[in-house]
Amino acid sequence: MEFSDHIKTANVKDVVLRQPLHPPSRGTLCVTGHHLLFSDREEGSSRQVLLLLRNIDAIEKSVENLLGYSGFLSKAAHSDRMPGSSGTITIKCKDLRVLQLDIPGMEECLNIAHSIETLSCLDNVSEMYPFFYRPNDLSLREQWGLSTPEKHYTQIKELHKKWRLSSVNKKYSVCPSYPPVVIVPKGIDDETLKKVAKFRQGGRFPVLCYYHRKNGMVIMRSSQPLTGANKKRCKEDELLLQVVIEDSDKGFIIDTRSSQQVQQARMTGGGFESKSCYSHWKRLHKQMERGKALQESLIKLVEACGDESHNVDRWLSKLENSKWLSHVQTALSAAGLLVECVERDGHSVLVHGYEGTDCTLLICTLAQLIMDPSCRTLEGFLALLDREWLQAGHPFQQRCAHSAYSHARLQQESPIFLLLLDCVWQLWRQFPLALGFSETLLLRLANEVYASDYGTFLCNNDQERCAVQVKDRTHCLFQALLRPPERDYYSNPLYEPNELAIWPSVHPQSLQLWRGFFLRWTQQAQHLEAVQEEIRSMVIEWHRVTQR
Amino acid sequence: MEHIRLPKSVSDVSVSSLQVENVRLLDRVSPRRSRVGTLYLTATHSIFVESETGGRSETWVLHGLVCSVDKQAASASGCPLLIRCKNFQILHFSIPREQDCQDVHLSLQRLSQPERYEELYCFSYQPNVDEEARRREWAFVDLKADFSRMGLPNAQWKLSPVNQHHKVSDTYPAELFVPDSAAPPVLVGSSKFRSRGRFPALSYYSKENHAAICRSSQPLSGFSARCLEDEQMLEAILRSNPRSDFMYVVDTRPKLNAIANRAAGKGYENEDNYSNIKFQFMGIENIHVMRNSQQKMLEVCELRSPSMSDFLEGLESSGWLKHIKAVLDTGVFIAKAVAEGISVLVHCSDGWDRTAQVCSVACVLLDPYYRTLKGLMVLIEKDWVSFGHKFTQRCNQLAGDPKEVSPIVDQFLECVWQLMEQFPCAFEYNENLLITIHGHIYSCQFGNFIGNNQRERRELRVHEKTHSLWSYLWTNHAEFINPLYRQNHSQSQGLLRPSTAPYCFKFWRGLYNRFDRGMHPRQSVEDYLRVIREETQQLEEQLDSHKQKIAELEQAQEWSDVHKAAVFDQSSTARALGKNLDLANTPQDYTGGLLVGTPVAADGPLILAPQDPDQTADPNLSNGSDPESGIADVSCRSPLSEDSARDPDSDEAAYSAA
Repeated sequence: MEFSDHIKTANVKDVVLRQPLHPPSRGTLCVTGHHLLFSDREEGSSRQVLLLLRNIDAIEKSVENLLGYSGFLSKAAHSDRMPGSSGTITIKCKDLRVLQLDIPGMEECLNIAHSIETLSCLDNVSEMYPFFYRPNDLSLREQWGLSTPEKHYTQIKELHKKWRLSSVNKKYSVCPSYPPVVIVPKGIDDETLKKVAKFRQGGRFPVLCYYHRKNGMVIMRSSQPLTGANKKRCKEDELLLQVVIEDSDKGFIIDTRSSQQVQQARMTGGGFESKSCYSHWKRLHKQMERGKALQESLIKLVEACGDESHNVDRWLSKLENSKWLSHVQTALSAAGLLVECVERDGHSVLVHGYEGTDCTLLICTLAQLIMDPSCRTLEGFLALLDREWLQAGHPFQQRCAHSAYSHARLQQESPIFLLLLDCVWQLWRQFPLALGFSETLLLRLANEVYASDYGTFLCNNDQERCAVQVKDRTHCLFQALLRPPERDYYSNPLYEPNELAIWPSVHPQSLQLWRGFFLRWTQQAQHLEAVQEEIRSMVIEWHRVTQR
Repeated sequence: MEHIRLPKSVSDVSVSSLQVENVRLLDRVSPRRSRVGTLYLTATHSIFVESETGGRSETWVLHGLVCSVDKQAASASGCPLLIRCKNFQILHFSIPREQDCQDVHLSLQRLSQPERYEELYCFSYQPNVDEEARRREWAFVDLKADFSRMGLPNAQWKLSPVNQHHKVSDTYPAELFVPDSAAPPVLVGSSKFRSRGRFPALSYYSKENHAAICRSSQPLSGFSARCLEDEQMLEAILRSNPRSDFMYVVDTRPKLNAIANRAAGKGYENEDNYSNIKFQFMGIENIHVMRNSQQKMLEVCELRSPSMSDFLEGLESSGWLKHIKAVLDTGVFIAKAVAEGISVLVHCSDGWDRTAQVCSVACVLLDPYYRTLKGLMVLIEKDWVSFGHKFTQRCNQLAGDPKEVSPIVDQFLECVWQLMEQFPCAFEYNENLLITIHGHIYSCQFGNFIGNNQRERRELRVHEKTHSLWSYLWTNHAEFINPLYRQNHSQSQGLLRPSTAPYCFKFWRGLYNRFDRGMHPRQSVEDYLRVIREETQQLEEQLDSHKQKIAELEQAQEWSDVHKAAVFDQSSTARALGKNLDLANTPQDYTGGLLVGTPVAADGPLILAPQDPDQTADPNLSNGSDPESGIADVSCRSPLSEDSARDPDSDEAAYSAA
């Protein structure tokens, strides 16, 4: 099916666009297969608004068909239109912007609304815009991604004694959501891994995600063991974990579920590592919300931010009720706990929850940012995301299909990656000199993950990306962000490399609403952006002077 | 120890040299990090000297800042003593012997509640400044200069001597600006129709459009009383702004409160009796509501490990931010009116609390001058000190009626802070200035805020016996400058138009949790920027002078020496920055209390070298933050050495609670 089948009206003139922070403007609206294009025809300005249809989360339409309607639109009515009929489409975007289009002509309005509704949520990945995006200055032959398990392994020489690269998942046959190559303990052969994979949900057997150079301790991640109601055991699984802590005395398992939840999980075939079978491993439970609860939290918070009533009590109550900041607090303290185990107490840790594709990745990523200075550079952070989210198989397509405004029935949506970005923002607030990247990068990522010109966040895992040839047929966002003009823009001008762990404070007083994102389209956020620009120019001036 | 001074006049023998050994100072946020030392009580301060650091770490608390002392039930580890201060510091001591605790408790209770003005610290505080310099301190802020900055006196406004000896209103300043057309009998007549004789007088005048902010107390209108002179007075104010044909009368109180006042013969202006006024109620609550609200908020700040929900719910139910918004909303209303060329008369009941708040907030919004360091001092001197905000009563400086205490000036400072958060480039001063001013309003170290009005300060001869805060702040102004301030920035120009949407109001951690260092960002952008800004300026000056030299040398044809001199020594940058980048941070209680009470938790890297949050109230005695503490912190945070020595089993104990 062609895109054009969905477009009955491609062009409408005399449309009025209302968007935040700008005065209303009149111009021509154009719908294409992937974009909504509005061009301002007013004299002296040639503003264009290009909106990726994928960015549209929800639309609301209302049509009026009042004869004699005497708005300023009426003079634009064409002969073939019912005079005075008009419609309004309210577009709510995944980047939380809300636009409004006043369209002359009821039929045109309905046609356009229909096109938007259909084209903004196409299911077929290879029809999405990244497969059509061909900017002049990018070549499809350029390198894709920033990190591979092979590269990661080669970089850490200290690993080689006790860890190896395994290609057991070469054809994605052992674990469909893992990359073809993973890092596993040297003493464990591929046959054993296959057995372990059968004992872990989705085949996600424990793999290495981080090696702490200071003390040789590691973080591994996996999914839950399938012990089930009968307390099934898996010798190979026990062996794998035993091998990891061999000469140290003990390891920790951080389970992102409560102890009640893990007991319940047994009833549905899941479970936990019992003390009797894994005698050298201690389980710590740190319950984290995910899935639907998190999505609903986002929806409530966005709703609260849009509340126009001038009532502080109501605002605070809605903010509290959304629980979003509680989730931020929980995530940061879970990551803090993980870092305490590894960095302060010197133990290796295995992290998992249920599938090991959501909260597990969240706290592993945060822990690495806290502990590892090399993850705090712009490049290091993007490589970390590449490793811990893309290759580790966070199902982006499912999680980010819709955002806070959508009326669609929630399925797999969950803003876990957005929660990560918020937590990273909190870290940046507390350690404004310690991260090599700026808030603008986090904002950009928050957009790109929902709607993008690039192929990076398409699909749910490596296997799916291979199947549709994402790496050959689309451009890589991370590479694009590292090109010179972007690199400067997304760097933190105040960055000072520092070897220490950056322990975040998780007191409620220390955590704040991420205004730059949630209130992005308000004047207030604009002021704060201007401040960041001011800071950048101060630092540039300083460099200029000191280097003379 | 040489810094512990014996009390000069031993009025109270029991405290002459109280000294208690082996006192434990508990960290409020993580009680495991406690420090042991000696507690000394002097005539003016309580001083805690930590033993482990060889006396390097000291915590000084001025007695005048102590707001409450609570002795709690003794436990095995000692007798707990909780000291809450007016600057929101909370000290939790544990004293081994109950008798000692009792002594400290009684002494502090007496010392923290002076009964006579003469006991206040400002009368004994004697920095090393000679009399001539001291007198100059008081000339630093000159209100007449501010009025002449506004263009006054002029044809419409004149300085009136009517209150010269505080005869007309004993709580008003001696010098007041009033409309030129208002003759003394009108002023006196109007004053008789206003609570406490506080007749309408000028607070701010806009040179550009002739609109003015005037302030007064409520009229004694009761149910039907009128006063011709008062009506003439308002008309005179209206007429002194020839371009406007009406003026606003803003009653900052909730309507209900104002109506209730009518029964007591007070009330508000009847629009029918005054020509061309538009009357407006604003709904700012009274001092009692504000006091309770702040109390509730402070209880939330004090919670030991609140969840996010506990905190937000507590903040909401305290109502504090709602009240801040009410004050700011009113300030915005007045500022907008003046910017549009309409004069405003503001009052509440007595015209010294809410009126002071909203007039000064409006001034900050209207005039960029009040967003400068000097300007803020002038503003506080004008709308708070001279117009008779009752600092002694509101700030609990002397033992008195607890119902008169209220954080009215806190709310003003917070409004300014909220504005700074919205317009980070518009203010020459920083948060630290607001916090420092707040501290000194309560510390009574300087004479500025002693007494309830100008008359009382004259009687106390404050200007002859004490020092002025303003000149102290000015001398140390480097600490109070906002490096992001841009005079020409679009944000900084003219009228500030803040958003008053509820989400713009934030909790002011910097003030209310000021002493809980663990909650604050661990690196300061501001310090960083200040250093690079100073250095940029220095280098540019150097460069200019070098250029000049080169030019001179070129003439003299002496080339060789210059090159060496022009090489910039970058190490100074590194040092300067290094000092500010106080990176030290420690693991928090991420386990949500899972580890509390286990033996492991009490040792190991959790014990911090002092990164001293304690601040003395006395700038001259400031122990400052120990420059070495950051380094010490760092060393105890590389955990291997200590951890490897630990008994591995103890960890098991620690986490098995999970």
